[in-house]
Amino acid sequence: MISERGIIGLKDLDRGDIERIVDTAFSLRQTSLKGGKATPSLMGQTVVNLFFEASTRTKTSFEIAAKRLSANVVNFSYGSSSIAKGETTIDTARNIESMKPALFVIRHASSGVMELLSKHLHTPIISAGDGTNEHPTQGLLDIMTIMDEKKRIDGLKVVIAGDIYHSRVARSDIYGMGKLGAKVSFFSPPTLITDDFASLGATVTYDAQEAFTDADVIIMLRIQLERQKTGLFPSTREYARIFGLNEQKLGLARPDVIVMHPGPINRGLELSSCIADSAAHSRIMRQVENGVSVRMSAIYHTIGGGHGPIDH
Amino acid sequence: MDLLIINGLLIDPSQDIENLNALLIEGSSVRGIVDRASYSVQGDSAQVKGYPGKKFSVIDAKDKWVVPGLIDIHTHMRDPGYEYKEDIITGTRAAMLAGFTSVCAMPNTRPVNDNKAVTHYMISKAEAMGYVNLFPIAAASKGSEGAELSEIYDLVEAGAVAVSDDGMPIASAELLRKVLLYIKPIGMPVVDHPEELSLGRSGYMNEGTVSVRLGLDGIPQTAESIAVARDILLAGETGSRLHLAHISTRYSVELVRWAKKMGIPVTCEATPHHFSLSDQAVEGYNTDAKVNPPLRSERDRQALLEAISDGTIDCIVSDHAPHGRDEKEIEFDKALNGISGLETSLGLSLQLVHSGIIDKRRLVRLMSQQPAQIMGLKGKGTLRPGSDADVTIISPDDTWIVDRDTFVSKGKNTPFHGMELRGRAWMTITGGTIHGDTRF
Repeated sequence: MISERGIIGLKDLDRGDIERIVDTAFSLRQTSLKGGKATPSLMGQTVVNLFFEASTRTKTSFEIAAKRLSANVVNFSYGSSSIAKGETTIDTARNIESMKPALFVIRHASSGVMELLSKHLHTPIISAGDGTNEHPTQGLLDIMTIMDEKKRIDGLKVVIAGDIYHSRVARSDIYGMGKLGAKVSFFSPPTLITDDFASLGATVTYDAQEAFTDADVIIMLRIQLERQKTGLFPSTREYARIFGLNEQKLGLARPDVIVMHPGPINRGLELSSCIADSAAHSRIMRQVENGVSVRMSAIYHTIGGGHGPIDH
Repeated sequence: MDLLIINGLLIDPSQDIENLNALLIEGSSVRGIVDRASYSVQGDSAQVKGYPGKKFSVIDAKDKWVVPGLIDIHTHMRDPGYEYKEDIITGTRAAMLAGFTSVCAMPNTRPVNDNKAVTHYMISKAEAMGYVNLFPIAAASKGSEGAELSEIYDLVEAGAVAVSDDGMPIASAELLRKVLLYIKPIGMPVVDHPEELSLGRSGYMNEGTVSVRLGLDGIPQTAESIAVARDILLAGETGSRLHLAHISTRYSVELVRWAKKMGIPVTCEATPHHFSLSDQAVEGYNTDAKVNPPLRSERDRQALLEAISDGTIDCIVSDHAPHGRDEKEIEFDKALNGISGLETSLGLSLQLVHSGIIDKRRLVRLMSQQPAQIMGLKGKGTLRPGSDADVTIISPDDTWIVDRDTFVSKGKNTPFHGMELRGRAWMTITGGTIHGDTRF
């Protein structure tokens, strides 16, 4: 069950919850496609986007999602916050809570902050990413995008490649897709993963051949350029050549493989431009589109009046 | 006071004693151990053969253990400088009520205890209350900054019993070598907090499956063990005494075993939290379980228990590290390291006895005799005639629930809140004095 405290990770959701959110997201997308008009579900309710860490696309996606449900949206970002004045995260959130929002959408650089805040807040929270822990709506939109194409998750070979160690996307993906029966492989430089990641239910491999052969889905993660400075890989050149996705590695996958990326892309580093723009394989723009529907659904299931069928 | 403690199980490994005889205390010293035929009790007082006309106050320790006063050689009293976390009054009172008669206080105060004035301040503040004996461990380097030697001879004159930059390792091998050489004629140990900083500061908890699941950057166990190896080699080369603080990994344990076999003058300690908990305790982003070195894997914990059982580990210490609430009730990565450990130390250590990992005598060795030997505390850690009348009376089967809200320490940061423990201190006698102030 989606708990009263909201959606803070896919770790805590069961298969039924995930399927329900994704199913509703498909319904909501249909409505949007028919004219893109807002549904009045959350008329008069206030959603606060509380972003302690910089974000443009996720914040925009959540804002559009909430507005399409007719909610009022207030954005609160790090730059304009009291954090700079020494206020604690808990105090900041509690201050805003006193103004009675219906929902918090929170992003924060510290792993586990959603658990901390949910102990101090009564308002439900949807996580927009915490540290290197989870980014649940990204996991859900990835699942939706795969469902779009493949109509199932069960039994698919999904490769997640890149900086697994620092990736909240990889974690939410493995929790969500694992529960839906995907066979997930992690492919990464050995400095950006540990063998312990196998405990999440994925196969950890350092061999591109093994990773990409017969893949149904390839998810490339963004590599943070500052990781090179801390010695985690020697050069962008070598990274691109050995760990990036190019035509040759793509050729190992199934002919109908789809390629996804949570964005923003470093073109030519983790992903070649040809593949990023390939109509046949790339589903990156579809992910962004589905992001809005999934977030509408997540908001709806958290504060939109329970788990019944949405009115559309 | 003149005391006769009767009916308790006297345990003193220094004399190979474990029996039901009575302990005789005159003034601030232990006079000896007397058998049932040597005394007669009338009401609350007793007459003892060989002490004509003298009346001793009787303490009936039936069903209890009477042991040389427990000694915790690794605590942070936070005073001077961080009195909101703890001060010497609350800290020493917490120690006394938890069964300790002596504590060593680490130098990472503000200012750092790298000069006589701070050393004197700490000792005199503890003496004024008299709850327990406080022995400062002074800074090994000026300001504990790891650059220049502190005035060690001066600090020893003032009452320091060892040197350490605890909280931080002595990061430079060159400096540690100098400290070991410089202190050698005094015969005191250098206490190092073994941590290779380039690895140790890479994360927030032990690296393993739990850190992966929580999305917290991990600290590999080599962060500690590399430094343990380095420290041991320097102790071997210099022939100086090294005491390794809070070891927590299976590699560290194995390295100490090797060092002892080689005859290198090294001793080491383990904490109740490291031998009682694994990194699973961090689940839910529990900042009360955030500590440095971090709680390790179950495999490391088992290695630690084995090392406690076979004598590789010389003593149990709390590494009492009280913090304010605002330093723990925050984001996990921002929360400070440390556990308020004094008041659970004996209870957790007794679980080792109850579960058969060690016997009672080993417990007393680990918590009294050997700590006294390591820190060179004369007249402590033993009940031999003439030794200090520091005695702990333990109620070994008294079950209780850990409740942070009843802690005497200002630090409520414990991962053991709500845990049921079996056994605790019943009375603490320091220098022949019983404080009226005991809880039980």
